[in-house]
Parts: sequence; structure tokens; C-alpha cells
Amino acid sequence: MPTISFDAAGLSVPVAGGARVVLEPTTVELTEQRVGIIGANGSGKSTLARMVNGLVAPSTGRVLVDGVDVARHGAAIRRRVGFCFTDPASQLVMPTCVEDVELSLRRHEKNAARRHDRALEVLDRYGLSEHADVSVHALSGGQKQLLALAGVLAVEPAVVVADEPTTLLDLANTRRVADLLFGLDQQLVLVTHDLDLARRCDRVLVVEDARVRYDGPAGAAVDDYLASVTT
Amino acid sequence: MSTTGLVGVYQPGTTLLHRLPVGVKLGGLMIFSLAIVLVRSMPAAWAFLAVALVLALVARIRLVTLARAARTVLFLALFVGALQWWWYGRDKAIETFVDLLALSIGAVVVSATTPVNAMLDSFIRWITPLRPIGVDPERVALTIGLAIQALPGTVALAVETRDAARARGVRHPRAFLAPFVVRVVARAHETGDALHARGIGDD
Repeated sequence: MPTISFDAAGLSVPVAGGARVVLEPTTVELTEQRVGIIGANGSGKSTLARMVNGLVAPSTGRVLVDGVDVARHGAAIRRRVGFCFTDPASQLVMPTCVEDVELSLRRHEKNAARRHDRALEVLDRYGLSEHADVSVHALSGGQKQLLALAGVLAVEPAVVVADEPTTLLDLANTRRVADLLFGLDQQLVLVTHDLDLARRCDRVLVVEDARVRYDGPAGAAVDDYLASVTT
Repeated sequence: MSTTGLVGVYQPGTTLLHRLPVGVKLGGLMIFSLAIVLVRSMPAAWAFLAVALVLALVARIRLVTLARAARTVLFLALFVGALQWWWYGRDKAIETFVDLLALSIGAVVVSATTPVNAMLDSFIRWITPLRPIGVDPERVALTIGLAIQALPGTVALAVETRDAARARGVRHPRAFLAPFVVRVVARAHETGDALHARGIGDD
């Protein structure tokens, strides 16, 4: 598994009259295959996840993926780290399903015919082949999220970061997306409010008030989070 | 509500129009549009509409797609037609309405027979000679592709925002415009993040 290292990585943003701490300097090393991040809204968990892909740059410290500095080698990191957003509507940028997957493959396959064939293979792998030429706007929420994931997985990243990928989905689609994510061979960093999903992880970080308050096995971490919410 | 409308969606096929090179189709659409604008007469307007419909038939475009295109342009065409009626009379209004309908069907024929990625590849080929003067062909082509694709999403945001304002019983235009602009900007930021996360534009 890849190693994701937070080396005193933190983020403060300037506000009127000072600075607001979004994430306290954090030092953790993630080597497990499935890492969960849970916590309240606005606690800093999405910031933590976004730092892995370079979507957010730390204002202090650094983040490394297999020893490569995310801030310095963004393009190389994004080839290794895929990112799945909460709302697939913002992630799907082409008119049809096959075209959106082709967009992901543009850097990897220059030949248009081969790129198209590879995109069809990817859609088939994730059960979307019958929607290949369907408008992305015509898909259900679950299908959109599966397509967004297919676009990420098409380029075979070593790490998949998913920021609340099931928050907008119904129960059946939550299960489909979760089963796909937990069936991946890649390392998974999953930000979620779904504690059942968090319990399926190998390790869970509880983020509270811009810092990692608890870091440990999934069961204990979820219990700790529940206790902190109910007290 | 469907948000595809004028942008159309590629419909796979093997018709003559599907097989034509992108440049020929876009060039043809440009000439067709210029002809509609320059040749101003009622018989010509109906002839242009007939040509557009024949092309749609040749391309075997689904009726529902054409209906969506017509519906999307209907509001604009009716508005412009009403103004024309007021200023120039009934005949000019009908001519303008038919012209707009022919234009919209022509645009749908091109977008329904041409995958966006094929358009991007063509744009990249055409723009590549400008690379020495600092133009990034991939980026320019992607920008054009995104602009095409952004339209349906923006219409969907407009509908959602309008419904939200109605649900609150607010009818003032500001109750629609302010949140709509905020949502469009937010969506643009999210799309930028998504492209960034997918490494598009890195090379």
C-alpha cells in the first residue's frame, strides 16, 4: 500500500482581524488500505482529504504520498491519487457517459479510437455500459456517482480519496457505491458521515474542531465519536 | 425538466452526417447560419427550415431531441418574434421565428452527430499551429468543450433556484438572481476543483 504522510500539515486562512485555523498542524502516517475520516460538518475532515490530492495546499508543514511532496509535484500526485467528490454533478463535465470517461483518459491514450474503446471497457466494468451514450444529466444520482468513480478509476490511481461519496444517495445506491469502494485493490481514504461505512475501514481518524482528536481502529474510533456527540 | 435542449447529445450512428469530418460539419453549420442571416425572405426562411429538417431526417435524429431543441428556442423565438411583429409586422415576425427554428435544428444536427471529444480533437488540431505564440491547444479546446457542456447544467441550476424562490413564496427578481449567480459561481469553482483533481490541464 502507498504511504500518505502528513508532516505537521495544517491550514490557516486569513480573515478580518487575524487568521482562522481550518486544520491544526497534523502529523499522521496512513499505510492501511482503508482509512476512514469522520467528524462533524466544518471540522476539517474534507480539508484533510483534499490535501492528499493537492486540492488544498497546507499553509504549514507538508503532505507526502510515497515520499513525493504533494505541493511540489502536483501533476505527478494527481496521476497517483484520484478524488471523488460528494456531488457528482460537479465532477461530470462531458455530455455523455462515455465522453466523460474519455476525458479522464485523454492524457493516457492519445489515439481517439483506442481511447473510446478503453472508455467503453471501463463503463462495462462498473455496470454502466448500457448508458455509454446517455446524457450524464439523464442518470440517477447513484449512476452519476458510479460514473464519477469510473472516471477516477479509469486511470488506475494508487490511492482513491472519496469525500462523502454516499451523502446524496439513497440506501440502495449507497450500498452499490460502498461495495465498489470497499472492493477496490487501491488504498481508499473515505470521508464519511455514514458510521456503518466507517466501521468497515481498517483505521479511522476522528476530526473535531480542526484537529485529529482520535486515531485508531474503526470500532473504537466510531464509539469515541458517538460518545463525543452524545455527551 | 430536460436540460439538454440545444446542446443536444451525441446519438451514435453510421449515417452520412455521422461519418462526415468535424470540420466539414462545423463549416457547413457556419455557412448555413450566415445564409440564414444574410438571405432575408419568407420563402428562403421556409427553405432553410426544410433543409434543416431534411438533414435531421438524414441523421436519423430522434423526434424527441428535435422537440426539445424547438422547445428550448421557443421562448426566445416567441419573444424576438413578438418584437418583430410590433416593429415590422406579422410577416417579418414569422420569418424570424422560422429562421431561429432552422438555426436551432441545424445546431442539433451537428451536436447529435458529433461526439464532443471528436470536436475537442479537431479544435486541438486546428489550434496546434498557434502553440509557438503561447496558445495551449488542449486548454483552449477543453475551455470550448466546457462552455458547451456548462449550458445544460446552468439551466438546471436556474430551474432549481426558481423553484426554491417559488417554494418560499418570493417573486422578486432579486430572490432568483442573487442565489442563481452565487450557485453558478460555486458550481464553476467545484468544476474547476474536479478538473484539477482529475489532473486535466496538468500537461
